[in-house]
Amino acid sequence: MKAAVVVFPASNCDRDVATALTQANGSPPKMVWHQDASLPDDLDLIVLPGGFSYGDYLRCGAMAAHSPIMRDVIARAKEGTPILGICNGFQVLCETGLLPGVLMRNAHLKFVSRDVHMTVEGANTMFTARYKPGQRINIPVAHGDGNYFADKGTLDRLEGEGQVAFRYVEGENPNGAARNIAGIYNEKRTILGLMPHPERHADPLLGCTDGKAIFDSLVSALS
Amino acid sequence: MKARVTVMLKSGVLDPQGKAIGQALGRLGFENVGDVRQGKVIEIELAETDQNRARSKLSEMCEKLLANTVIENYAIELK
Repeated sequence: MKAAVVVFPASNCDRDVATALTQANGSPPKMVWHQDASLPDDLDLIVLPGGFSYGDYLRCGAMAAHSPIMRDVIARAKEGTPILGICNGFQVLCETGLLPGVLMRNAHLKFVSRDVHMTVEGANTMFTARYKPGQRINIPVAHGDGNYFADKGTLDRLEGEGQVAFRYVEGENPNGAARNIAGIYNEKRTILGLMPHPERHADPLLGCTDGKAIFDSLVSALS
Repeated sequence: MKARVTVMLKSGVLDPQGKAIGQALGRLGFENVGDVRQGKVIEIELAETDQNRARSKLSEMCEKLLANTVIENYAIELK
């Protein structure tokens, strides 16, 4: 699998996700600076990592969504190249319009950094094939703006079309997200955005490996 | 020409910051404070003399970057 991780100024999970990808894939991803004009050729996967790109100025992900590299990311997305956006990466995907909706300030206004449980809703995608449908997994969150919001019509469509990828377990919603949504797919399920950080639970040394299956699923689907 | 863009959350979209400000005002003893909403003001200098052209440029800026129209409205004021 040929993967690339886009690095924005103030990305801070780029190396963590590169480690998780390297462990799953056996070879490291290409790290691509946000000011580059284009991505490497023949990519199988693009990752937009977590962090606080551009200091969250204006709105989380708003500035990064207009970085020079994003023109090529959007072009590749339209050609069907799979994209994984984690935390700030999810915010960037919503700001570019590649995913619907928006991630608002947490309803309780506090930054939240802890483990949460969520269920795998849309299994059998290239991102989740190694999970069982409905499997309950433990993945950490660390964000101040993870409150997923979209209008009712969009939420109904996401649920009806099986585009909800992960849902916080009832009672563990850390941010007020609509319908407990933790992650969503685009219509073709080639793009996944999620607030929790699977790369932080992808190695036994980290105390939990519940996030590893996302990277293993991608490697087996895209290699 | 100077422009002032005001970006506000749409009515119906929960504004927890506005709510927290409202509660703090109450704690400070200000009575009769109703709904409080917080937004952003962005001032922009434009090398443009035609008001209509300025307005349409600014609308484009709002749609592309300054506001996220899923949750926010914007208003443009020219000086």
